[in-house]
Amino acid sequence: MKFDTIIIGGGLAGLVAGIRLQEKGRQCAIVSTGQSALHFSSGSFDLLGKLPDGTEVDNPMGMMNRLDAPHPYSYIGSEAIAVYADEFSEMMKRAGVNLVGNVSQNHYHFTPMGSVKKTWLTLKDFTILDRPDNFPWKSVAIINFPGFLDFYTKFIADELEKHDVKCKLSLVKLPFIEKIRTNPTEMRSANIAKTFEKEENIDAFVEAVSPYIKDVEAIVVPAVFGIYSDKPLLYLKSKLNKDVCTIATMPPSVPGIRMQQQLIHYFIRQGGTFMLGDTVERADIEKDEVKAVYTANHSDIKMTADNYILASGSFFSRGIIARPDSVYEPVFDLDVFYDTDRSHWYDTDVFAPQKYMSFGVITTPDFHAIRKHVTITNLYAIGSILSGHNALHEGCGGGVSIMSAMHVADNLLKNK
Amino acid sequence: MNLQQYNISENNFEQCIKCTVCTVYCPVIPINSNFPGPKHAGPDGERFRLKDPDFYDKSLKYCLNCKRCEVACPSGVKIGDIIQSARIKYNTASPKLRDILLANTDFVGTLSTPFAPVVNMALGLKPVKLVMDSVLKIDHHRTFPRYSSQTFESWYRKNAEEEQKKFPRHISYFHGCYVNYNYPQLGKDLIKIMNAAGYGVHLLNKEKCCGVPLISNGLIKQATSQGQHNIDVIREAVVDKNMTVVGTSSSCMFTLREEYPHLLHIDNSDVHDRVELATRFLFRLIDNGDLKLVFRKDYKKRIAYHTPCHMERLGWAIYSTSLLRMIPGLEFIMLDSQCCGIAGTYGFKKENYATSQGIGASLFKQIADVNPDFVATDCETCKWQIEMSTPYKVMNPISILAEALDVEAIQKINRL
Repeated sequence: MKFDTIIIGGGLAGLVAGIRLQEKGRQCAIVSTGQSALHFSSGSFDLLGKLPDGTEVDNPMGMMNRLDAPHPYSYIGSEAIAVYADEFSEMMKRAGVNLVGNVSQNHYHFTPMGSVKKTWLTLKDFTILDRPDNFPWKSVAIINFPGFLDFYTKFIADELEKHDVKCKLSLVKLPFIEKIRTNPTEMRSANIAKTFEKEENIDAFVEAVSPYIKDVEAIVVPAVFGIYSDKPLLYLKSKLNKDVCTIATMPPSVPGIRMQQQLIHYFIRQGGTFMLGDTVERADIEKDEVKAVYTANHSDIKMTADNYILASGSFFSRGIIARPDSVYEPVFDLDVFYDTDRSHWYDTDVFAPQKYMSFGVITTPDFHAIRKHVTITNLYAIGSILSGHNALHEGCGGGVSIMSAMHVADNLLKNK
Repeated sequence: MNLQQYNISENNFEQCIKCTVCTVYCPVIPINSNFPGPKHAGPDGERFRLKDPDFYDKSLKYCLNCKRCEVACPSGVKIGDIIQSARIKYNTASPKLRDILLANTDFVGTLSTPFAPVVNMALGLKPVKLVMDSVLKIDHHRTFPRYSSQTFESWYRKNAEEEQKKFPRHISYFHGCYVNYNYPQLGKDLIKIMNAAGYGVHLLNKEKCCGVPLISNGLIKQATSQGQHNIDVIREAVVDKNMTVVGTSSSCMFTLREEYPHLLHIDNSDVHDRVELATRFLFRLIDNGDLKLVFRKDYKKRIAYHTPCHMERLGWAIYSTSLLRMIPGLEFIMLDSQCCGIAGTYGFKKENYATSQGIGASLFKQIADVNPDFVATDCETCKWQIEMSTPYKVMNPISILAEALDVEAIQKINRL
């Protein structure tokens, strides 16, 4: 099986690189072990929220030059990042994903707990704030469904009331949602969202909430409208004469699922090959070049390409794996940055920056992978598998995935 | 020492990190709220069942065994296998007469073939359908596949066996019940293609039904003994005669390769890699440069491909679709990969009819929107379901290839 580029990993980084290349006519295959972490997405992408030393960042572009190697942003450079930021938003729009945000000014979005958090881009589904204390309403109705445990109305109300927003909590019972409760464990966001694919069910919801929302400025609902497209949410907004504020639920994330499905479909529509549920198990490497990769499903039928991109993620998706005394990369056995003294891996204060979060593969400044100190000329690493950053502490996970993917794709497009 | 590596069960439910991704892709949950969903029925329930078998829940029977949960799982948990194994281990109810009849495809086929015209006519009669509906609980909406008046095996012995010896290379063919009793033409089409490629086609030393309907209807002892027999005769072909065993049904191939070891504990490791779909065998020949296909110039068709669930799990749709895309006059449309709802004998049962059609509804709609000349798929039960639920004819890719091939040109270009 021959492709121009084979991408290992179908999460955000892999899909961005794949779409970027495929849009320019390069034949790509993405091999993905199951669905990706976009299923837990908050609906926002962070670019930079904090510097490694803890300094808060309001203007990510203004602070880019404060990051040193080996931070991935320092390799890409702030000029390129500004260009990629615009191009990424345009590309997402072509895929049907509409985002708002500005590289020079972080905004704030709601977390599932009702607190607000800094971010760069947010799906148009969600309410965003310019400042963390600038709430657009004085009174809201927070609506939930009986038995839906992944939406914490009380926490949300506590947070909003700190900012003098009056909250009224209500439960609405709808027969088609009650049906899901036959099995309480299946009372999940995605299953609720599937019932709202029917407009008549949204009508029923609007009717059921109407007694509770007369004297409030906005209605706060779990993000369960629109699992296949943004139509259900737009329809709901058109039917309610109020501001609708959707708040992400605990996993699975309906807007995240939709975003991933839209990106996969767009990639396939551009001619890309998406191999879901398959795993790259090993590679033929000769000197400094990858010759072929082999997957679980295709066994002896090898997959070959001019270039290979490793976007297999961090610990969660087993892009890197921790042993008691070391961290390794399982497909190519690439050089990985980690602390050889395990006692330094983590801090017992869970809220402190955790060092293990910065472990990942070591690359050259143009993201070529390195194996036994030798640069592999046709293998690149992108996304959360990269070392040199701490996505959680710095609030840069989405940005590193997007920027490294755009950068590597553009370099591949320049080369030929 | 990493203790975790010594603590992994046969069906690896410990690898589940409770991420809920599988629940999003279960086709049953949105239609039938009695099913507890793959996460709860699979890894979550397994913890309880291991402590006390009384935790076994009869509603596990609503699982279609489509394995789409396994394809979606980012952690490689064999969720479908866990559910099916639990049914095998804990279900104490003995199968009903109807289930035994539906499950014994080869026994019923043997009885029906000599009387094919009578059986076909009778099964199509309204009173017969109503009796089957009320007495046997086989839904009257269902149309039984027609029985052929001559089995594929007896046609082969009379008309094809002798001439297969003249070919330079040889393969073995696991034709399955459908080709033998219902549609021998598919077997003839396979022989046409393989002969054109220079391969003689041989039958196994008396194959039996692969057992997929026996497994899903709880006839495990019979499935195991038939499975053991099949692996014995496959071993004769593969080990003694060095012949690869190919098939034209994705479910038969999936069962022989994966369900035998995982559900029936039949060791097939020495032949596993030599049992595959014919389209995979052909793809490999072409990919390695050992075969070139030439197609008729006057073949013009618009075809939509449906990915059967077991094909999705195998990750093999790319072989069938790549071969179809090689036909110059073929306009190819890839349908979204989703379950058609029939799941073998599941959809024939009265109690499952509504679920079955509900699951398939979006597929039928997409087919109507695309409006192809016909639909292509590698599974016979998907074929029945689509033909029963839409006005479109469904063909196996092998039959399409056989029709489009230019046999003389192939023999010339491959110097056969």
